[in-house]
Amino acid sequence: MPSTPPSVDDVLAALAEQFGDLPSSVFRGQTRVVVPESASHEVLSFLKERGFDLLVDISCVDYLDYRESPMEMAACAGHRYGLVYLLASTATNQRLTIRVFVDDPEPTVRSVVSLWKAANWLEREVWDLFGIRFAGHPDLRRLVMPEEFTAHPLRKDYPLQGRGERHNFPVITRHES
Amino acid sequence: MSIAPPRFESVEIPEAATRSEDYLWTLNFGPQHPATHTTLRLVLKLEGERVVDALPEMGYLHSGFEKIGEHLTYNQYVTVTDRMNYISPMANNVAWHHAVETLLGIELTPRCKVIRTIIAELARISDHLLCNGAVGLDTGAFTFFLYAFYQREVIYDIFETLCGARFTNSYTRVGGLSQDMTPLVIEKIRSFVKTFPKTIDDMERLLTRNRIFVDRTKGVGVLSTEEAISRGATGPVARASGVTRDLRRDEPYLAYADYDFQICCASAGDCYARYLVRMQEMRESLKIVAQALENIPEGPINVGIDQRTALPTKQQVYSTIEGTISHFELSMSNRGFEVPCEESYAAIEAPNGELGFYLAGDGNETAYRARCRPPSVLHYALFPHLIRGHTLSDVVAVLGSLNIIAAELDR
Repeated sequence: MPSTPPSVDDVLAALAEQFGDLPSSVFRGQTRVVVPESASHEVLSFLKERGFDLLVDISCVDYLDYRESPMEMAACAGHRYGLVYLLASTATNQRLTIRVFVDDPEPTVRSVVSLWKAANWLEREVWDLFGIRFAGHPDLRRLVMPEEFTAHPLRKDYPLQGRGERHNFPVITRHES
Repeated sequence: MSIAPPRFESVEIPEAATRSEDYLWTLNFGPQHPATHTTLRLVLKLEGERVVDALPEMGYLHSGFEKIGEHLTYNQYVTVTDRMNYISPMANNVAWHHAVETLLGIELTPRCKVIRTIIAELARISDHLLCNGAVGLDTGAFTFFLYAFYQREVIYDIFETLCGARFTNSYTRVGGLSQDMTPLVIEKIRSFVKTFPKTIDDMERLLTRNRIFVDRTKGVGVLSTEEAISRGATGPVARASGVTRDLRRDEPYLAYADYDFQICCASAGDCYARYLVRMQEMRESLKIVAQALENIPEGPINVGIDQRTALPTKQQVYSTIEGTISHFELSMSNRGFEVPCEESYAAIEAPNGELGFYLAGDGNETAYRARCRPPSVLHYALFPHLIRGHTLSDVVAVLGSLNIIAAELDR
């Protein structure tokens, strides 16, 4: 098991002062803070100024058939998508996880490309695989799936074997290419 | 067939009939090209030989590894991680099971920790050998590449003796390893530790002060410290730009806290600095291997029966009731081991950068979500920034120095 990273209590206190009480929890030494979608950009921008200068990853979890509601906080139970922003500080090596929950039919969060350039492709990947829109993203195209693809394959209602999109891919013959 | 036209960030396209952009030449580089080494595609906008802009495309090797991760058990998925960064599969195995063990809260045995450290460092050496070798190859130093590849073969031999597989090792298990290290393996690693410094010396003599190589890499693809952090670079790419971040020191996992080694950094941030950092890191890795190899603790490689994740030994199965129960429960498809309904992230310093897995467990023996944080994606996104203004021949130098592995990139 990895050693416990240093505590991030002072940052959490500053967060609470600025944005009111945000539900947070600790698991295996990792602090997670749940941020409402409307405040996500402000909170992330605030954290960046407080030293969390490295955006490690943006990913997402689809809670469609999760057996228990997202454990961290009962208040967020019932949401479908939980975005994960993994932040780190290159100076103090602290880590912080920010969770933002969004829902159908139009899951949207504000893009953080203006804060971290790393977010560009990470957000494109989340859009591609989960269909979550990032408002204000400069170039929100699919990243790994082909442009013609219509579904978002990492959603839980998308089957492992696909829905046959592959058979509809256009075939380019030699003299057409 | 309609393919969406590529959009370039920096070029404004007016509606007028004649655009200055029309005089640029568009070149498709890849997805099948010897110098991309794997299937990735670049659309380059050239003005003469100078690259005005580049548009990296990926996804040609997308195989849905993260989706598969939701359908394979924690032990089965290790075979898929082999195929992510296939240049150093051992490091991926270690990363995956490090993440699983963090989620489960398992403390490994001291012997397992040390063995994992050794193989992770050998994997780093073999990855850096290939990366630097390929940079040499792409910039015209073929002999150098062969020196590097010969040593990779030696490491493959060590892995083959260790676990029976040369390439896709699948060596780790939840809470342990598939096999213990035998005296023969230790002997092979020991002789590698003895002979390898001579090869590094030879390699450095061949290339480090080679005029052609230095001219082609120095000042090419410069990444500043601020850009490296903002763009999420990790590993040797970030360290070559002056970001002193190495998870082996900053968040010591496995047995790294016990060893004496240096974090290799450079400040120039160009292709040459990345080459130098990788060269020096191989020496440091060798130091770690040498220290670890002479002090492997005795004892079991797997966690005990109490944790109920790794299979018990045959002796325990046949002579104790706990061993029998544990063996049956772990082998039955409807039992397996207990996973908390929780989420955690754990990363290791892989040869390429921070390789982490964000796991969501739902009590099942398969992960609810197995997100891989691949360093290659963020490094590939750096590419247009690094290549703008350089010549076409620098494309391969920059691409090689970022060490992009398409299988890890696309997953």
